[in-house]
Amino acid sequence: MDLLPLYLSAKLAAIATVILIGLAAPLAWWLTNGAWPGKSFVEALFNLPIALPPTVIGFYLLFVLGPRGSVGRAWETLFGGPLLFTFTGIVVASIFYSLPFAVQPIKASFERIDPRLKESAYVLGLSPAATFFRVIIPNSLSGIAAAAILVFLHTMGAFGVVLMVGGSIAGETRVASIAIYEAVESMQYEKAWTLSLAFIPIGYGFLLLVNRLTRK
Amino acid sequence: MGLTAVLKKKTKFFTIDVELSCPDGQTLALIGPSGSGKTTIIRMLAGLVTPDEGRIVYRDRLFFDSARGVNLPPQKRKLGYVFQDYSLFPHLTLYGNAAFAARDRGEVDALMGFFGLAELRDRKPHQVSGGERQRCAVCQALARNPQLLLLDEPFSALDVVTRRILRNGLKKIMGKRTCPMVYVTHDVTEALFIGNTVLPIVAGSVDQEWMERITAPAAGMDAGAKAARATRLALAY
Repeated sequence: MDLLPLYLSAKLAAIATVILIGLAAPLAWWLTNGAWPGKSFVEALFNLPIALPPTVIGFYLLFVLGPRGSVGRAWETLFGGPLLFTFTGIVVASIFYSLPFAVQPIKASFERIDPRLKESAYVLGLSPAATFFRVIIPNSLSGIAAAAILVFLHTMGAFGVVLMVGGSIAGETRVASIAIYEAVESMQYEKAWTLSLAFIPIGYGFLLLVNRLTRK
Repeated sequence: MGLTAVLKKKTKFFTIDVELSCPDGQTLALIGPSGSGKTTIIRMLAGLVTPDEGRIVYRDRLFFDSARGVNLPPQKRKLGYVFQDYSLFPHLTLYGNAAFAARDRGEVDALMGFFGLAELRDRKPHQVSGGERQRCAVCQALARNPQLLLLDEPFSALDVVTRRILRNGLKKIMGKRTCPMVYVTHDVTEALFIGNTVLPIVAGSVDQEWMERITAPAAGMDAGAKAARATRLALAY
């Protein structure tokens, strides 16, 4: 039984989740604090992947991450290799694709924090950055963990974006969702069933955990 | 020496326009009804609200000067601030809260002992009573050895007995400190008990009629006379 696609999916989801939480937490804090001109436009831009079909996002990323795209060109200059049709490429694509799914729950969690805690930290001499790490983050851990689980599951199931950017290279970019699609296409239903069934306990278990973490 | 401030701030209903001063080692009590601007005044002193105009000086340090464009953030004012209701950090124990900004752990232990929190040091804020939380908030503010102590109705949510115990404790401990304290309250008795100077604030300004009543000679009054005066003032208000 070939479980390599499942392993690739889990690896992709784990790496993307760690990077996404690291990016999304400060971004969510920036969006939570204060009102500045153009904030709603910036927020809508970050949320765009929620509103667009994954294949459309994948199509744009194909060009941006490609050898003639800005990110792809910069990557090649820095690291000497391409981003498209590589595992690193699908990690980068997943980060773009899943960013709002990480930012939104963390932002909601920050918004639930009593604003007086921030003021309390300030009058006790903490800088805004120290307040973020010593007060805001420790009081948002359940929200951040819930966001991490949701993003992990979202990336585990990614199909359109990964197919567009990574294609289907065995052991490199053929993640479980693509392997299932290809198994069905080639009428290998047993293989499709095995991989599909693996998603049920993973998804169900993680969602139970999210419920537990977000319960008041 | 001490604290002097001239503050102007337009609010939705009135303009705050006050001058206040508090020498080192003394307590200024700001008294007035709810919504009179007392909290905004103390928040301006803390740097949490920016005045439209004015100047705040502590000793030789300029906290705020609208004319010179100076506005120190709260972090640089070295304050102790006790909020109206509990603003302890929920993820920390009472000891973690009290020691949050303290340099001297021995001082934290001494303060927790003084306020009867030694036995509760490992509890989280949600595991103790409102009075114990507020005692911890006072410890937290005092433990960093502030150069200015600001208290915004710190005991108003507590029962009468707890409130009396805490303000007695606070007055005792402040007797040993040299920093000025600004204490906001709507309780006349409390203001007269704790304040060396009492400033009545109504609609953002000092109420002169009240001021005259309060500044009537109090020297030589015994405890009974002071209480009677507090009652008269409260009734007159």
